[in-house]
Amino acid sequence: MQFSNFAEFIAMDGHGFYVWLSYGFTFAIFVILALFSNARHHATLAHIKRRYNREKKLKQAALEQNQGKR
Amino acid sequence: MWKWLHPYANPEKTFHLTEKLTPWFGYLAMILLAVGMTWALLFVPPDYQQGNSFRIFYIHVPSAILSLSVYVAMAIIAFSALVWQLKLADASVAAIAPVGAALTAVALFTGAAWGKPTWGTWWVWDARLTSQLIQLFLYLGVIALHNAFEDKAQGSKAAGILAIVGVVNVPIIKYSVEWWNTLHQGQTVTQIGKPAMTMDMYLPFVVCLFGFVFLISWLICLRFKTELLERNATRPWVKDLVNQTEK
Repeated sequence: MQFSNFAEFIAMDGHGFYVWLSYGFTFAIFVILALFSNARHHATLAHIKRRYNREKKLKQAALEQNQGKR
Repeated sequence: MWKWLHPYANPEKTFHLTEKLTPWFGYLAMILLAVGMTWALLFVPPDYQQGNSFRIFYIHVPSAILSLSVYVAMAIIAFSALVWQLKLADASVAAIAPVGAALTAVALFTGAAWGKPTWGTWWVWDARLTSQLIQLFLYLGVIALHNAFEDKAQGSKAAGILAIVGVVNVPIIKYSVEWWNTLHQGQTVTQIGKPAMTMDMYLPFVVCLFGFVFLISWLICLRFKTELLERNATRPWVKDLVNQTEK
């Protein structure tokens, strides 16, 4: 352990601002990218599912219409 | 010899393999980064010249190294996509570019935050910094081209060409500190296992580097799965997969 107390750890001999800025930025960038990627994955799954359900309904309707004609 | 690779030209097989690997990459990333960052922030001795600002090294250098290797990987994949018309390769280029851009942005930002206490300035237009900034624009260009076309195949072709042409920038970045007189310091880690630093500073770097490797592997796999689904939306296997998911 290089620091004797918490305040020293935060201050880092005056370099604290730069160190925490760097670590904070890195953390933020990757968390944002992870959240966006995850959200996009689920949106894609939902989008494809909606399209299938719509197609299924259209097919069903067409089938019923055909039966009605006969 | 390479026959075991053949089944993975099938998007379905590759999707399921990726699905299996993704969580493991995530766990490894979390463990290694937690250990590496704690080590870097709390236990590594301060540098005798740069003091505690040296702790930025542990995110700056892994992200900078990986921003270059990820670019080379992306360019090789883009090349094989153009030559052999591999649709999976197109999907992975699209998945890799945003992650590479994030790495480059992190390398630039942490570099600036390290430069301020060390050089007295956030930014100078020297060879290393400028060429790294160009790499960020190359990544952004690849992302933009992917989204600029209505037809995915056409967008992938244009983005692939930019990725291949942009690879000339990689050796320029790597050797800029030797070819030109830059404010940026020379390489500390030239060869794996032969660092110009003591072991108590080098070992946490190795942990952080692998932590970043698994973090970006996790992100790339996640994005790759999304790309595969989008590009194969009309296939029966995607239909089955979607029907299994709730909602």
